Amino acid sequence: MASKVIQALYNDDDVLMHAVKKVRAAHHHIEEVYTPFPVHGLDKAMGLAGTRIAITSFMYGCLGLTVAIVMMNYIMIEDWPQDIGGKPSFSYLENMPAFVPIMFEMTVFFAAHLMVITFYLRSKMWPFKKAENPDKRTTDDHFLMEIGVHDNESELAELLWETGAVEVKVTEKDS
Amino acid sequence: MYTFSNRLRIGSFIAMAVGLLFLGIGFVSAPSTVEEAKAMVASAHGDGHGGGHAEEATAHGEEQGHGAAAAHGEEHDASHDTHLLHQLQNRPWSALYVAAFFFFMIALGVLAFYAIQRAAQAGWSPILFRVMEGITAYLVPGGIIVFVILVLSVLHMNHMFVWMDPETVAHDKLLQGKAGYLNPTFFLIRAAIFLGGWIFYRQHSRKLSLAQDESDDNSNFVKNFRWSAGFLVFYLVTESMMSWDWIMSLDPHWFSTLFGWYVFASMFVSGITVIALVVIYLKSRGYLENVNDSHLHDLAKFMFGISIFWTYLWFAQFMLIWYADIPEEVTYYVARFQDYKLPFFGMLVMNFVFPLLVLMNSDYKRVNWFVVMAGIVVLLGHYLDVFNMVMPATVGDQWYIGLPEIGGLLFFGGLFVFWVFTALTKAPLQPKRNPFIEESKHFHY
Repeated sequence: MASKVIQALYNDDDVLMHAVKKVRAAHHHIEEVYTPFPVHGLDKAMGLAGTRIAITSFMYGCLGLTVAIVMMNYIMIEDWPQDIGGKPSFSYLENMPAFVPIMFEMTVFFAAHLMVITFYLRSKMWPFKKAENPDKRTTDDHFLMEIGVHDNESELAELLWETGAVEVKVTEKDS
Repeated sequence: MYTFSNRLRIGSFIAMAVGLLFLGIGFVSAPSTVEEAKAMVASAHGDGHGGGHAEEATAHGEEQGHGAAAAHGEEHDASHDTHLLHQLQNRPWSALYVAAFFFFMIALGVLAFYAIQRAAQAGWSPILFRVMEGITAYLVPGGIIVFVILVLSVLHMNHMFVWMDPETVAHDKLLQGKAGYLNPTFFLIRAAIFLGGWIFYRQHSRKLSLAQDESDDNSNFVKNFRWSAGFLVFYLVTESMMSWDWIMSLDPHWFSTLFGWYVFASMFVSGITVIALVVIYLKSRGYLENVNDSHLHDLAKFMFGISIFWTYLWFAQFMLIWYADIPEEVTYYVARFQDYKLPFFGMLVMNFVFPLLVLMNSDYKRVNWFVVMAGIVVLLGHYLDVFNMVMPATVGDQWYIGLPEIGGLLFFGGLFVFWVFTALTKAPLQPKRNPFIEESKHFHY
């Protein structure tokens, strides 16, 4: 389904920040902002909900810790007990200090990798995915704000020029 | 300008008085003869403890299989009893020493944190410099008290440091080998050098910091930066040696190469926690109006991070010794596992598990009462840490958290509060001309 959007380009992040606040103050819904680098405070200005990735990170960490405990218990205690340095591996608890580094590393490993994968999936980025950004200049030195048009094209364009846009255009977008 | 509130001042005096009373009771009730010591232990533990040892000694005597068996047993018994007497006599001294060192260590930890902020030319923290300078003011009385306790130990007023006793050294090959370093004279000279250097830097940096407010260029700021960088080098070496001298030498046969770092982590996290607590207190009284949530968030992040760092070092030290299982090293942990189960594992929960779970969430680091609650637990946990470092060597299994221990905490806690808040009244709480003060005021994360 194609929808009509208006795109405004800016060439400075400060101007963009002010523009975002102005457009929001005028009660228009900003669909997306494309920037060449992360702009500090933009998420708050756009009114995006806070990230929940920290919660997933905690859960992945717990998962990693569990995997490490189960894995070391199977490898070192159940499957092939060995006597290392006069410490026979018959009990997980008595050998636990030796497994702490593994427990720590697996916690970090799971939290870090799964968090990155979650972030990519949540951002809808996967291999062979077609790039979404509408203008190549947003990967260089321009910032693009995208607003949905609902029969208020000229009014919106006027507002965007006022906020210091260097270019304003209306396009059809597939989504 | 901050004015010392009367309630806090009176509270600190009461704490000091009660603490002094408790400590006095502790000293008076310590046994002075072997018979008293035995009577105390017998009445405290019933027959179980003393009786068990006597049996052990008799069995030991009989094993010799000679005619002199009975004599051997008696000799063993007698030396055991003297040992017990020394342990009981050490108890009030150790309680005094643990508390004195704990509060001194907080001031020293804050001094290191302050020097790092200066040397790094950090932009977020200058607004907190006066608070840190106020806390480091305690370095002077606290350091002198610790030094006096060390001098009294050298004068054989107590038996905390066994290597100070020439009788013991005469029968101990290992201590004779260490005598070139570990002898009373050199020990006191080193302590004087460490304390002199730290106190000098503190006073000089404070002077430059105050002078910077009145000057019309940044020369004082630059000088302070250079002194701080130099101090950090001095501190890194002397802090490590101090921890060997003042704490590790309580167990003169035992050694750990990362002990200095371990003590450092403890003092660093306690110091940062106290900065956060004092800042929250002053803010609740309407001072420090430019300190915002982000400053608190950063302090809480440090509390969280250094707590993990402490645990890392604690475990690194423990795991190597546990794995190698060399008798002369492992005795250190055997003593703690057998006789100090509760404080030893309680400390791990308070210093690691609790801050880990409570301070992990980013939002909670900005909630004052959350940080205060976590801070109090962390501070008590690090008191226990010092307790666990000192007590097993000085009082052995005769430990107990009773009047002298609580008295020590109250007395030095009161003195600490009195001294720190008096120092805070001496200068405006916000530096005027620090080149980073604007950045610090608008610090936002």
